[in-house]
Amino acid sequence: MNIQSCVEVRNEWDIVKARQSGRNIAKELGFGTVDQARITTAISELARNIYLYAGSGEVAIERVENGGKLGLKIEASDSGPGIKDIRKVMEDGFTTSGGLGAGLPGVKRLMDEFTIDSKENEGTIITSIKWLR
Amino acid sequence: MDKLVIQLLNESRERIYTRWMDEMERVRDEHRLQSITDRAYEETNQELFEIIYTHIEQNVHKPTDRMTEFAEHLMKIGWRLSYITQGLQNFRRIILAIILDANQSNEKVFAMYDEIDRWIDPIVNQLINESAKNWENTVSIQKVALQELSAPLIPVFENISVMPLIGTIDTERAKLIMENLLTGVIKHRSQVVLIDITGVPVVDTMVAHHIIQAAEAVRLVGAQCILVGIRPEIAQTIVNLGIDLGQFPTKSTLFKGMKSALELTKRQMIELE
Repeated sequence: MNIQSCVEVRNEWDIVKARQSGRNIAKELGFGTVDQARITTAISELARNIYLYAGSGEVAIERVENGGKLGLKIEASDSGPGIKDIRKVMEDGFTTSGGLGAGLPGVKRLMDEFTIDSKENEGTIITSIKWLR
Repeated sequence: MDKLVIQLLNESRERIYTRWMDEMERVRDEHRLQSITDRAYEETNQELFEIIYTHIEQNVHKPTDRMTEFAEHLMKIGWRLSYITQGLQNFRRIILAIILDANQSNEKVFAMYDEIDRWIDPIVNQLINESAKNWENTVSIQKVALQELSAPLIPVFENISVMPLIGTIDTERAKLIMENLLTGVIKHRSQVVLIDITGVPVVDTMVAHHIIQAAEAVRLVGAQCILVGIRPEIAQTIVNLGIDLGQFPTKSTLFKGMKSALELTKRQMIELE
């Protein structure tokens, strides 16, 4: 069975939609309440980043398998301005929008795997996986 | 409308009807109407066809009341507007084909073409406009309803108020929370405000940021905030995110928060003997 969903993010309510579908998929895969909360929060952060910095983009959520391990993959992609200095955005407290600056480093801590691929003026793709234990 | 067009339409009514019904059957899936029984679908199609034909006879360039009512009724029971617009478009396509078949001169065909376009487009447009207006209306009503539910500050004891937050917090609501909190604190002369987040499904950095700002603003007007209703999974995500909520006291439940609020205002709950 192939569980997946893709949500376009254009306004604030799309963030809610993205994380709801994330929560549903996490539930279906058998994640516990704490991990469900972690996954939804991570989706919320990534979707909000798209909304705040790129204006619009996509959040794809799908089930992944690796050597018998089951997991949930979030892929947030946009064609926004890109990230200038990736090392900097992964520092706690760094923000360009007056927020807390805990978003991306927070997502990294909430999830198990985390990669950023970003080119200036072309866009950003963030992929993150949480494995089912 | 041109008499010739009307005549043509009336003459070939049967032909148009069968072709149109075929066409509608083909697009049924697009409108997500698979769950409707064949018979109901056919009857509705018949009715729509009937209405379109009355339109031709009455020769009006806007939806008749019957058409509007029909559309409203369908939308109410969950059909899509695209069903009707597509019905009209299919109808146009079929009669154009029939006109072409009728062996008229090119100019005549073009004139008829033009006439039919001018006849159908306003009907489609107005139907779409009306349904869009309906939607906008519903959305704005719901927005107001949501605002009313949004963020009440409830004075519980003298100097102690509670603000229960339920549901998703977006930027607009966050603003409202801040306003209600500050005006309420001053109006009720609260010394302690309990913000209850039991009903908030996700606490991400933005929500946390808004809560921190609200608590700071409350501090500035001379009162104190206690954050209550932090569920265990929320506590873990907050820690994972690395959010510092250390500037103000937090409690797991409203009850515990209330106890410490009473302590802060030099009171306590006792059991009567």
